[in-house]
Amino acid sequence: MTDAKQQTPFDVLQYLRQELMPHFLCPGCGHGIALRALLWAVHELGIEKDNLAIVSGIGCAGRTGAYIDANTFHTTHGRPLAFATGLKLARPDLEVIVITGDGDCLAIGGNHLIHAARRNLDITCLMLNNEVYGMTGGQVSPTTSEDRYTTTTPLGNTEAVFDACKLAEGAGATFVGREVTVQTPTLKNLILGGIAHDGFAFIEVISDCTEIYGRKNDLGSSAEMILSQKSAMRPETFENNIIDRPFRPNALPTGVLAHDKTRPEYGAAYRASIKAQQTKK
Amino acid sequence: MRRELMTGNAAAAWGARLARADYLPAFPITPQTEIIETVAQWIDAGEMNCRMVMMESEHSMITAAGAAAATGVRVFTATSSQGLLYGMEMLYTVAGWRAPFVMANVSRGLAAPITLEPDHNDILAARDSGFLQIHCATCQEVLDASLIAYRVAEDARVRLPVIVNLDGFYLSFTREPVDIPSQDEVDAFVPPFDAGPTRFRAGKPMSQAVAVLGGTPYSYFRYETHLAARAALEVYAEATDAFERQFGRRYGALDAYRCDDADIIFVMMGSFATKAKDAVNKLRAIGERVGLLRPILLRPFPDTAIRQLLAGKKAVAVIDQNISMGMGGVLHGEVSAALNGSKDAPPVLASFVGGLGGRDISAEEFFEIAAETRRAAENGETPPPRLLFTESELREIRKLQAIAHVEHGSDEAEGNRNGEGEERHA
Repeated sequence: MTDAKQQTPFDVLQYLRQELMPHFLCPGCGHGIALRALLWAVHELGIEKDNLAIVSGIGCAGRTGAYIDANTFHTTHGRPLAFATGLKLARPDLEVIVITGDGDCLAIGGNHLIHAARRNLDITCLMLNNEVYGMTGGQVSPTTSEDRYTTTTPLGNTEAVFDACKLAEGAGATFVGREVTVQTPTLKNLILGGIAHDGFAFIEVISDCTEIYGRKNDLGSSAEMILSQKSAMRPETFENNIIDRPFRPNALPTGVLAHDKTRPEYGAAYRASIKAQQTKK
Repeated sequence: MRRELMTGNAAAAWGARLARADYLPAFPITPQTEIIETVAQWIDAGEMNCRMVMMESEHSMITAAGAAAATGVRVFTATSSQGLLYGMEMLYTVAGWRAPFVMANVSRGLAAPITLEPDHNDILAARDSGFLQIHCATCQEVLDASLIAYRVAEDARVRLPVIVNLDGFYLSFTREPVDIPSQDEVDAFVPPFDAGPTRFRAGKPMSQAVAVLGGTPYSYFRYETHLAARAALEVYAEATDAFERQFGRRYGALDAYRCDDADIIFVMMGSFATKAKDAVNKLRAIGERVGLLRPILLRPFPDTAIRQLLAGKKAVAVIDQNISMGMGGVLHGEVSAALNGSKDAPPVLASFVGGLGGRDISAEEFFEIAAETRRAAENGETPPPRLLFTESELREIRKLQAIAHVEHGSDEAEGNRNGEGEERHA
């Protein structure tokens, strides 16, 4: 973290692989905003690209990582946290950030999430929640709201919805937060707090899949979707805003939801225990 | 019966629908997803009476499929590529349970590097699992094979799960005219699943898949499964005979095309074999006596039929759309094993690897394969294995590497590598 770095204005293009443009995301997708907020936080923290390792899984969120001009690893479906665990233990000097989606992180990779949270290794996990498997064309995911239509729930979703933040906190994550994409500076600050936190940080970004999920559920344009997310999250600030299509039936709290500075970080604790063992001999 | 234009994925879904699958555990993956979406729409419209559940992974999906089949329910499921590999632990397990059900696999190359396009490394990874394998080349075959698969899987002499394989994109998303048989005809061909002793009855509890300690019972059960898979050769023949009587379409364990008077035979699996078929016609037009042998059944492997069909031929070119690292084409090895010790085996068995990750195999390349195999037949020497890859493709790769600033070794080493490359590339 250098002062000089902090003084340079943030230019997102500096952090992107521009030769890969145009990107694959649909018009109106919230993932780009989340990506921008992440890179903004990285910039403000003055993290050098060489020291930044982005690990991502499979899906729309997983593909997003490949656009970042740093060390990036595109792993298999559900496994970015397992991959990141190995990476962080072998290279504690790297800033390891996982970009994952709701399907990747909560369905096929759910087991890795609870164990990463339990270990409290210094990884930041950014879960972009758009409530659907977007890349494969819109199938039901563990965060699809009740009664919502997807290609595999033509009668409306009947399964209960995961509260990812509660899950992460319950499993032992020491930093947990949630934010909507429309509050980009707030989201940036939340991510910044997660990266700076010494331990496992879980951040849920409420993103929107306008093209597939939004269209199928008549949730309106991208602008309407992200504004309705905001109103659903913080109804009190949007009293005068006429939004007749709430994105989620249940309002979810946003901001920092858990922050425990007392639990030791796993990597440091592990190295200390080895050192203690060696000095005994 | 009616005729419709449909994709290979839709044909697989029709197979499940007409066979009256009761239960379908699902998980999306490109290029398979359209199968489960099609079934979901039918269930929604009340056209299909089936319970479908989206699982949280392919591992759970195959577990649920095996468990349901073990209780005597007719099960269909579908996956592809990484999903098949993620469920690999359960493939072996449910086959060991002798739980009969049908699973469509939409073939797609494996990571890494990641690709969405087809080759056969995914399905061949399941070769030794105990699942039987039927490989399709057309959308009609996908529908028909799904029905035949239930007959074979549920037969008391077999009782093993079956994978119906179709190539991603080339079959999954290609529309072809497909005859949809009437429900009555299919009901006559695929009667309700008679699970025999393998069903759950509260009045007569039984244990399945109990732990076996020690090599003696383990060997016994493993070999029993092998014998059941071998028995499927005869059961498949009976099923395809019955299918022909019912529907008028003939399927063998092998599809032999213009092989009778041929002296050179291409051996190839899946939808890319239709390219080989076209090449055979073009080569015939210029007087080359070439034929095509396409294994439809890969497990059980129709080795006797292959031996008989290839007996007395001058040369065989096996074109593998897969690669076993450190060995080469898997089908080449299989055919080689089938021919081993046979008196009339062709003296030349050449190996070509092509079509990896959906790369096209052009007509020119089939001509080149035929020419090289012809030369080999004349001098009686099998040529070294060859990758179908052109000089212009290599140039494109070098350009990409330059953009990515790939650090090569010393100039000398690089020169050697290039030299070797040019020799090996067609």
